[in-house]
Amino acid sequence: MSTVKIPPVLRAAAGGERTVEASGATVGEVLTALCDAHPAIGAQILTADGELHKFVNVYVNDEDARLMQWTDTPVGDDDTLLILPAMAGGQ
Amino acid sequence: MSPSYQDLLGNAREVIPEVEPSEVAPRVADGTGPLIIDVRETGEWDQGHLPGAVHIPRGFLESRVAGTAPDSDQEILVSCASGQRSLLAAKTLADMGFTNVSSLAGGFARWKQNNHPVEVPRILTAAQRSRYSRHILIPEVGEEGQMKLLDSKALLIGAGGLGSPAAYYLAAAGVGTIGLVDDDEVDESNLQRQIIHTTDRVGMNKGESAKQAIAALNPEVQVNVHPFRINRDNVLDLVSQYDVIVDGADNFPTRYLLADASLMTNTPLVHASILRFEGHASVFKPYDGPCYRCLFPEPPPPDLAPSCGEAGVLGVLCGVMGNIQATEAIKVLLDIGDTLSGRLLIYDALGMTFTELKVRRDPDCPSCGPNADLQLRDYEAWCAGVGSHAGSHA
Ligand SMILES: [Zn+2]
Repeated sequence: MSTVKIPPVLRAAAGGERTVEASGATVGEVLTALCDAHPAIGAQILTADGELHKFVNVYVNDEDARLMQWTDTPVGDDDTLLILPAMAGGQ
Repeated sequence: MSPSYQDLLGNAREVIPEVEPSEVAPRVADGTGPLIIDVRETGEWDQGHLPGAVHIPRGFLESRVAGTAPDSDQEILVSCASGQRSLLAAKTLADMGFTNVSSLAGGFARWKQNNHPVEVPRILTAAQRSRYSRHILIPEVGEEGQMKLLDSKALLIGAGGLGSPAAYYLAAAGVGTIGLVDDDEVDESNLQRQIIHTTDRVGMNKGESAKQAIAALNPEVQVNVHPFRINRDNVLDLVSQYDVIVDGADNFPTRYLLADASLMTNTPLVHASILRFEGHASVFKPYDGPCYRCLFPEPPPPDLAPSCGEAGVLGVLCGVMGNIQATEAIKVLLDIGDTLSGRLLIYDALGMTFTELKVRRDPDCPSCGPNADLQLRDYEAWCAGVGSHAGSHA
C-alpha cells in the first residue's frame, strides 16, 4: 500500500483524511484505487475519459510523475504520492 | 640616540620615490595607474580618496597587504593625508620585500588641491550602523549587503495575508523602496492575520495603511502605494521599476500575469500561496530555473481553487509563509545562499511538516520554453476558460 497525501481542497472528498492508503503498482493504479474508494476525488481530478486533468500535479516522493513515466511510473509500498493542485490564496 | 621622526622620514625618502599628484593623475584617470593603497584612518578615508584606491589603515598594513598585493614586484603607490605616513608605510612595504613602491607627495590634500578627481565612499550613517548592526555582524550581509538592501526595490502584490508580514520584515531589514499594490480597503475580518493593519485603520486603503505602519517602524523606507489592481496594461511599467516581485495575490489571473511579467522584465518572482493550514513557496528566476507555468501549466477550476475568503486560512500561517517570502526576497536581492528556485516548499501547519518537491524547467513551457510565444493575454478569460473546460468534465 502506498500513502497518498490529499491536498486541503480534496480532503472533504476523502472523508476529511489528510493521507489515504491505496494499493497499486503504478501511479495510475494507485490513483484508480484512490478514486474507487473515494469517488468524490475522482470527480474532481479525472476527466470524463478517466484521464487526469492538466491542472493536477502528481508527485512520487519529491519527483514530478509527469517528468517520469506519468501514470505508468512504478510505485512501491514505501513511496508517497502527493496530489498537488495550484493554490491561489494570498490574502 | 634613537632616530627622531624627522630621521625616519629622511631614511624613508632615501629609498622611496615620491610621486607628484600631477604625474600619476593621468594614469589613474585612464586606469593604467599603480595599485593605490590609502593608509589613513577610516574617518579620513570616508571623507574621500583617490579613485580606485584600496583602504588599509596603517595599523593593519603589514597583516593585510598580502591579500591586496599578492605580487611583490607590482607597482604600488601609497597615499595618506599629507605624504608623511605614506612615506613611512611605503618604507615598511619595501622592508617587507615589495620592490616597486612609491609615496604620493603631499598626499590626498595636495591631490585634492590640484583638483584631481576624488571618490567619496558610500557609507552607512551612524544611525544606520546602529539600526542594522545585527545584519552588519552577519558575514553574508555586512555593511556592503546592507547598502545593497537600502538600494533595493521590492514590489509586493497585495498588502494582505502574505504581504503584511513580508512588507513589515522587508521594511525592518532596510529594503530601501517597497511598492505595495492593493486596491482593497482594510476590513475587520482582515485583522486576524494581516498584522500590518490596525483596528483604527479599518476602511483605509491597505497600501496606505501599510505605509503608516512602515513609517513608524522604519521611516527611511520609501513606500510607493499603488492603489489599483495590477493588470496587463500596467504590469510591465510597474514591475520594471523594481528588483524583485513578492507575489501575495489571491487569484490565479494575477498570479499567471505576474509570472509572465516576471519573465518579460527579467525580474525574479518570490511565490507563496496559502489555504487553511497549508502553504506553498518557491522562487522563480527568469530563464534561470523553472517558472510558475513550468510548475502549474494551468489553474484548477474555481471549485478546486477556493480563496482564503471562501475556505478560510489560519492567521499564523500567513506569518510563516510571508516571512519565507521576505527571507527569499532578501537572499535574491543580496545574491546569497540557496533560494527555493527549483523547489516547491510545502508547509503543513496541522502536521507541522515541511515537504520539498523538485520543480524542473519544462522544455515545452508555454511561457519560458524555447518555443514560447510569450505575450500578455486576457488572464481572466484564460483562467475562466481553462476552469470551465475542466469543470465541464468533472
Ligand atoms: Zn516555464
